[in-house]
Amino acid sequence: MPEIVRVASGQGFWGDWQEAPKLQVRHGPIDYLMLDYLAEITMSILQKQRQRDPSAGYARDFVPLMLELAPELIEGGIRVLTNAGGVNPDACREALLAGLSDVRTGRPMRIATVHGDGLMDRLDELLAAGHELQNMETGEPLSTIRDRVYSANAYIGAEPIRSALQGDADIVITGRSTDTALTYAALAHEFGWGADDWDKLAAGVAAGHINECGAQATGGNTLFDWRGVDLLAPGYPIIEASADGSFVVTKHPDLGGRVTWATVTEQLVYEMGDPRDYITPDCVADFSTIRLEDLGSDRVRVHGVKGAPKTDQLKVSIAYHAGWKATGTLVYAWPDAVEKAHRADELLRGRLDALGLEFDEIRTEIIGAGACLGRVASPPQNLPEVELRVGVRSSDREAVERFTREIAPLILAGPPSVTGFAGGRPRVQEVMAYWPALIDRDVVESNLRVDVREAAP
Amino acid sequence: MKVGLREVAFARSGDKGDTANIGVIAIGEIAYPHLVEQLTADTVKRYFRAVCRGSVERYELPNLCALNFLLHESLGGGGTVSLMLDAQGKTFAAGILGLEIDVPKTVIDECRQISAGNLPGRGRGAPGSVR
Repeated sequence: MPEIVRVASGQGFWGDWQEAPKLQVRHGPIDYLMLDYLAEITMSILQKQRQRDPSAGYARDFVPLMLELAPELIEGGIRVLTNAGGVNPDACREALLAGLSDVRTGRPMRIATVHGDGLMDRLDELLAAGHELQNMETGEPLSTIRDRVYSANAYIGAEPIRSALQGDADIVITGRSTDTALTYAALAHEFGWGADDWDKLAAGVAAGHINECGAQATGGNTLFDWRGVDLLAPGYPIIEASADGSFVVTKHPDLGGRVTWATVTEQLVYEMGDPRDYITPDCVADFSTIRLEDLGSDRVRVHGVKGAPKTDQLKVSIAYHAGWKATGTLVYAWPDAVEKAHRADELLRGRLDALGLEFDEIRTEIIGAGACLGRVASPPQNLPEVELRVGVRSSDREAVERFTREIAPLILAGPPSVTGFAGGRPRVQEVMAYWPALIDRDVVESNLRVDVREAAP
Repeated sequence: MKVGLREVAFARSGDKGDTANIGVIAIGEIAYPHLVEQLTADTVKRYFRAVCRGSVERYELPNLCALNFLLHESLGGGGTVSLMLDAQGKTFAAGILGLEIDVPKTVIDECRQISAGNLPGRGRGAPGSVR
């Protein structure tokens, strides 16, 4: 058993900094690279892409990244854990295998995929079997919106990733694995943690939570001395874990960013609910037991984490069609910029009203005069310019389309000193709403499958 | 004396559906009891009344000298349903630091020393020193 296992974070969401994973591989020794690509809304976008093209539905950026790094991964003995598979892990692997045939890696790479989190094809069968998939927030059964569902995926944990690692996979591609599992699966595998080692698994969850948002744990987005952090080329977090579950958060020393008690604490409280009840597929972590020790030199030790047994259910992330929306903007300049923007908004609303259009919501924000924090932040008087931002949402696509044609007329038939319409007519977007639900874990776990394939030598 | 919360604390905010979370972290351990006493759920609800339409829940994390607030019904429906510019509540953290708090001068001084790097932050070189 190794004394220390190093799991580096290389991507905190799809669209994160492309250089980060390369720097993690090239600027010092690591054992695992975890790449998180999925957010709640990502799955529905990928599902739509797959409907149009059966070979799509995964995080495409992942493949060229792996092709570039493959020789270095083999040389450095670095294994990759990622949820880049989205709703189509097989297609992701096929693209990777095809690309690897032109890359010299010394030995053939082994690529694993994890299947079984996707519930879209089983939805009617599950509903018929009495799984209501009630909305966790409203209690409504899924049947009320069944015909509008775009995607349905269970959040799955570390077990299938462990199986893949036991099968000597170099790269493990999952669908909707939890973000945290991409870190602690490596630790559970390397240290041989039991499925009921609740405290160790909970420590792994804390490590995963610190890793899952990339630079947000190493000084990115910090409100503690934000001026003092060099973020030109930030080192993303690296977890140096020990078998007992304790770990050190650090980064490569020659990269930017910062790891202190403050940056780690900020990430720990990010997107937190009840800190004593952090529910994952593999355990329930208690974040009120976490102890931090700032060792200096960008090293923070984390220990003492307690966990409780896993629950009987898994969370399911469901996305469904919930109408259409569009947002239009115009800039009004000094003097009386705010007043002009308000006048334009009145005209716009009046014209929409006269057309008899129905909207579920019309929202007006004056950017520059408190759009983000309302009355919390007080704007100075007579601003040099503000941006009027009006959004509408409706189940009637035609109404939203018509709205998009009512912005430009305000330039000539509206208040003065207006500019900023270079972007053209606003785009109509489909609204994809999120439906969180629970399902008996056996229903999902009995269906999980791991498949390891070797690239052609 | 009365100061902005940013003198003695920092914060980070995020979203879960239509709920925003704000974690508020004391700069010095010495400031934490004052946060617990004065930063009640009611205070935060009143402060964010322009954006928060639901209730505010508070959780204490004495181990991190932090408080976690959940602001329900604050993100215009959340996710892609929301028409808000800040649909993920990303700016709420900086926003809450404008709240006014009444703390002794010694607390402010110690927090300033830590912010300036003249005093160590919590838990430096002392295992278990963080409650």
